[in-house]
Amino acid sequence: MKAYDLAELAVRNLKESVLRNSLTTVGISVGVASLVAMLSLGIGLQQLATRRLVRSGLFDTVVVTSRRDLRNFNRADDSSGGPAPAESPALDEPARQQIEKLPNVVEAYPDLRFITSFTYEDKPHLTMVAGIPPSYKTNDAFEGLQGSFFSADAAPEVVLQKTFAAELLGKTAKPGTDEAPVAQLAAPLLGKEMTMRYAERVSAPAVPETAPSAKVGLHPLTEGNDSQEAATYSIVSHELKVKIVGVTDLDPDSMRGPVRARVLLPLKLIESLHVVQPTALRDTTQAANKAPTYSTVSVRVKDPAKIQLVEDAVKKMGFNTFSMLDATRSLRRFFAVLDLFLGIFGSLALAVASIGIVNTLVMAILERRREIGIMKAIGASDGDVKKLFFAEAGVMGALGGALGVALGWTIGRVINAGTNIYLKRQELAPEQIWFVPWWLVVGAIGFAILVSFISGLYPAARAARLDPVQALRYE
Amino acid sequence: MNARPGPNPQSATAAIRSENVCRHYPMGQSLIRAVDGISIQVSSGEFVALLGTSGSGKSSLLNLIAGLDRPTSGAVIVEGKDLARMSREELAKHRLHTVGMVFQSFNLIPSMTVIENVALPLRFAEVDRSQRDSLARAALDRVGLSLRLDHRPTELSGGEQQRTSLARALINRPKLLLADEPTGNLDSKTGTEIMKLIREFNQSLGMTVVMVTHERALAEQYAQRLIFLADGKLIDEKSNVAAVAESPIPGGRA
Repeated sequence: MKAYDLAELAVRNLKESVLRNSLTTVGISVGVASLVAMLSLGIGLQQLATRRLVRSGLFDTVVVTSRRDLRNFNRADDSSGGPAPAESPALDEPARQQIEKLPNVVEAYPDLRFITSFTYEDKPHLTMVAGIPPSYKTNDAFEGLQGSFFSADAAPEVVLQKTFAAELLGKTAKPGTDEAPVAQLAAPLLGKEMTMRYAERVSAPAVPETAPSAKVGLHPLTEGNDSQEAATYSIVSHELKVKIVGVTDLDPDSMRGPVRARVLLPLKLIESLHVVQPTALRDTTQAANKAPTYSTVSVRVKDPAKIQLVEDAVKKMGFNTFSMLDATRSLRRFFAVLDLFLGIFGSLALAVASIGIVNTLVMAILERRREIGIMKAIGASDGDVKKLFFAEAGVMGALGGALGVALGWTIGRVINAGTNIYLKRQELAPEQIWFVPWWLVVGAIGFAILVSFISGLYPAARAARLDPVQALRYE
Repeated sequence: MNARPGPNPQSATAAIRSENVCRHYPMGQSLIRAVDGISIQVSSGEFVALLGTSGSGKSSLLNLIAGLDRPTSGAVIVEGKDLARMSREELAKHRLHTVGMVFQSFNLIPSMTVIENVALPLRFAEVDRSQRDSLARAALDRVGLSLRLDHRPTELSGGEQQRTSLARALINRPKLLLADEPTGNLDSKTGTEIMKLIREFNQSLGMTVVMVTHERALAEQYAQRLIFLADGKLIDEKSNVAAVAESPIPGGRA
């Protein structure tokens, strides 16, 4: 029989005992719905967890440090080969550019930071300042930023972390109390100016020209050492007026949001200021290079799966690396197991439904015994009869699957809405804890059809084996 | 026993030949010998009646010829092929293309309309949907049923149902028409109409007809040869000169 004939006859036969077949189909759809609801929640929770982690850069960032920096991460790696710290290359601008050219690397930017004081409305505030690359504008690290991102790559503008904003306004939350919303903190600060003090590193002999941004010229304090030019520099104190353009609720302890910095400046601006870095002293004593070195370089990788490749390549260059690869690996494993269990529990209902299919089809064989006999007498082969029952099982599976996906989607939505009402009562931000990807839709319907076919195996074989002579005698 | 493969020279024009065919069923402790060593031969285009009381084995023999059942022993050779050696798939093809069947109880599918019932064998033969309708209409036209095509069988009279069943038997243009008590559920007037149709198929389409009946008068009126069965055995065989004489084309067309 042709496929469209099979489908037509199957649908027609199902319509003949519409109540029983509808109930069976509803049974399948409940099974599929429970599967879809369980898995969509599992996937939603996984996305919720990974969204946080991805935003923090745990998944796609490799932190590169110099082997010379003995205080740094991965000290255990010292025994794993590679050049000795004293012979290892310096982590400077050429090295950064080299890293950026590695395959699978999106960008590599130096971690420039210093502790300084800001004067806002005549009151000094001490905090850590860090430079952030322009790519932050487009990635999701600044989701929920109040105000705007820097207007230009080297604009004299700052984005404040919200605890610092609260400090400027004298609204620092007491432990245990709720923090003020970012928007409330941002409103009085956006567009205001504050004055930043910083120390410029000037190569010796120190003839500092007054930086255009330095509004208040301080007398440069020169501490040169003429005898060793390479490691000689001056430190000049400056002040710079910066405009507050944004306030973010970025977690200051997260990894991509430069650690513990509460004031963020454009990276290009910091670079142009030549602010003296903690590595400066090391540069002096180790005298590896005339140029200043970076304490760390953050490398953003195209795809979390490529982290190991990039790490290996960077290590080969003689640097130390650090990533949260293992942490993400175990996180993924956890969710894979969670999804598996949710899937198994969800499938239980489908297994029960499949028994319903077997029951319905066996009943149909008893009722349609004579009809099967007639079909065989006028030329239907065993295969035709078998395919017809298979098709009936398949149609029930497909209908039940489609209905079940819709039902599961609705259940997930309701659970999500309920959770968000609860979160709202707890004064927490709403979260998407439920997600139905397209592969789950297709997979669930496919799985329902597969289960139906498997359930149809026995009834179809039984119908095909019917002896036409006996079937025709049956009234 | 003497089930030799291939037709022997004598049966060159034989449509059906059974050689010592047996069909035994175990029933509890005993063995039912429904067909017990019957050898018959039916020529192409012949109209044969199988006569006997109920339980004589006439329907069982018909089922063996139809390929609905398999012999316990012996051979049933239809159109040169031994049905006993066919696979289930080949037997289905035989039922689809070589034979058309008509039953006492019509055996129409109640959920299908008249035209759908008639076109059902075309679905099994994988005939295109576009051709099915016209073929079914033509077959129904032949049996004089051109109205009420979209009615269900239960909405028709017995005669109309049997006409539908005849149209269905014709639809794949089989060489053999096997009729099992075709008038058993009909009044004599309607029965005569059906018998006339069957005879017309035999004569104008050249179909070989084997009809099972217990009504001797009916058999004598239409069949060219009468075969008498009792207890699964052939007891008598008689050429029916009257029916042959009545035929416009004696012996039919090969």
